[in-house]
Amino acid sequence: MDAKTYMITSPLMGTFYRSPSPEASPCVEVGQKVNTSDVVCVIESMKIFTELRAAQAGTVKRILVENEGLVMKNQELIEIEIG
Amino acid sequence: MFKKILIANRGEIALRIIRACKEMNIRTVAVFSDADEESLHVKSADEAVNIGPSLSRKSYLNKDKIIQAAKNTGAEAIHPGYGFLSESDSFAGACSDNNIIFIGPPKDALAMAGNKSEARKVLIRLGIPVIPGSDDLVSSPEEAATIAKKVGYPVIIKASRGGGGRGMRIAHNAKDLTEVFSIASGEAGATFGNPDIYIEKYIIKPRHIEIQILGDQYGNYVYLGERECSIQKRYQKLIEESPSPCIDKDLREKMGTAAIKVARAVGYSNAGTIEFLLDGNRNYYFMEVNARLQVEHPVTELVTGIDLVWQQIRIAAGEKLPFTQKNITQRGWAIECRINAADPDDNFMPCPGVIEELTLPDGPGVRVDTHIYRNYEVSPFYDSLIGKLIVLGEDRNMAIRRMQRALSEFRVEGIKVTVPFHAKVLQDKNFISGDIDTHFIDKFETAK
Repeated sequence: MDAKTYMITSPLMGTFYRSPSPEASPCVEVGQKVNTSDVVCVIESMKIFTELRAAQAGTVKRILVENEGLVMKNQELIEIEIG
Repeated sequence: MFKKILIANRGEIALRIIRACKEMNIRTVAVFSDADEESLHVKSADEAVNIGPSLSRKSYLNKDKIIQAAKNTGAEAIHPGYGFLSESDSFAGACSDNNIIFIGPPKDALAMAGNKSEARKVLIRLGIPVIPGSDDLVSSPEEAATIAKKVGYPVIIKASRGGGGRGMRIAHNAKDLTEVFSIASGEAGATFGNPDIYIEKYIIKPRHIEIQILGDQYGNYVYLGERECSIQKRYQKLIEESPSPCIDKDLREKMGTAAIKVARAVGYSNAGTIEFLLDGNRNYYFMEVNARLQVEHPVTELVTGIDLVWQQIRIAAGEKLPFTQKNITQRGWAIECRINAADPDDNFMPCPGVIEELTLPDGPGVRVDTHIYRNYEVSPFYDSLIGKLIVLGEDRNMAIRRMQRALSEFRVEGIKVTVPFHAKVLQDKNFISGDIDTHFIDKFETAK
């Protein structure tokens, strides 16, 4: 557990979606490599969709919320291992 | 007349419809999602049926569950409100397949209104002015250039699958157009999965003017004047008024007559709205049919004295319109401010949460349509509209002063709402002078 990680957190209360639309496949899976500013998930609040992006390149380590789950402001959503 | 109506909606509009039903001695059935168990519309209705989980897709958009709820409770008709299933021709069809009356236009009129390019072709044939542009999709930059030359620059390029302002680009000259065309087409493909685009003349200083109409099932129509809805942000209306400061009797009559022509052409009945764009020279162009009751319907109700929901229900029950055009008069000036759970200081970011304190405005000429109350939790699952503040004054000046006063009484704590934003707009000298167009908010925010 020496590798450095960071968390993607929700900027607002809303519904957590792993994909941009119900038919689409998830933006990311655990173990997947991501580049800076790749979309990793979407939060819907009051019909406004906000895409959350990776701040740094790395590998998805954990996804902490179920698809379509209700999330609170600042709640941790996805952990990414830097590198 | 119906004995029982199911209201397939939530929030302030569900309450609005329940109120009309009560006045008409009609029993009501509310439907609700898990998130709305504590909502006022559930408490106000005679009966309430849970139709599923909080996500709209699993509850308020679930046609089968709603039809089943109507059958189980013996409701003879369904009022869809606005949004959700209100403009779904397949839902209207499902209602009639189950011998339930859909309180709205006929299925075919809904389908026609929803098909913008088809509706446009029909209206061109009828001589209704539409925004000049390509009648069909445009496939090459050369074709785009030919059309742009014909309609005159500037032109706007739109993704056929777009909407709400997404996928739009403006070109001011031929050089712009070549560049913008490929970008717009690429964007449309990436964003909407369909690279189809069309092109139309870009209207400078456009005002959004819409005409309210009512039509019964026997081909009788009236128009109930206009609503000015130019105060918008990201194509979402924020303030509406009736009448409009730029429409006189002559233009109202022309646009009203055109609106009825549109309604007749698509076989419309019940309440509906025909949206037009008005350019700086007061030329009007058809935009679209809103085949439902509108959020901003109260401003029309206040100046005409006609209850639109009553009329919708009576029309759906097969009654004839109780008035003709010559009976329709407008008295005074009405303004509506939409109260949204959004933070005007943070680019109107949604702001769900618990309402900790609440004081609603009151007094002469004030109407508040809302479902919120103290300790109510505004959920993130639905639209941010939490209420509508509507005032009536003898003239525009009085209506503005009354709205300023009512806004100053409106107090919400616990979440951010658009009240302070409205208070600033209502003090703006351009707004007060009536010099507004659909770019008003952008300019207003830049000026700050």
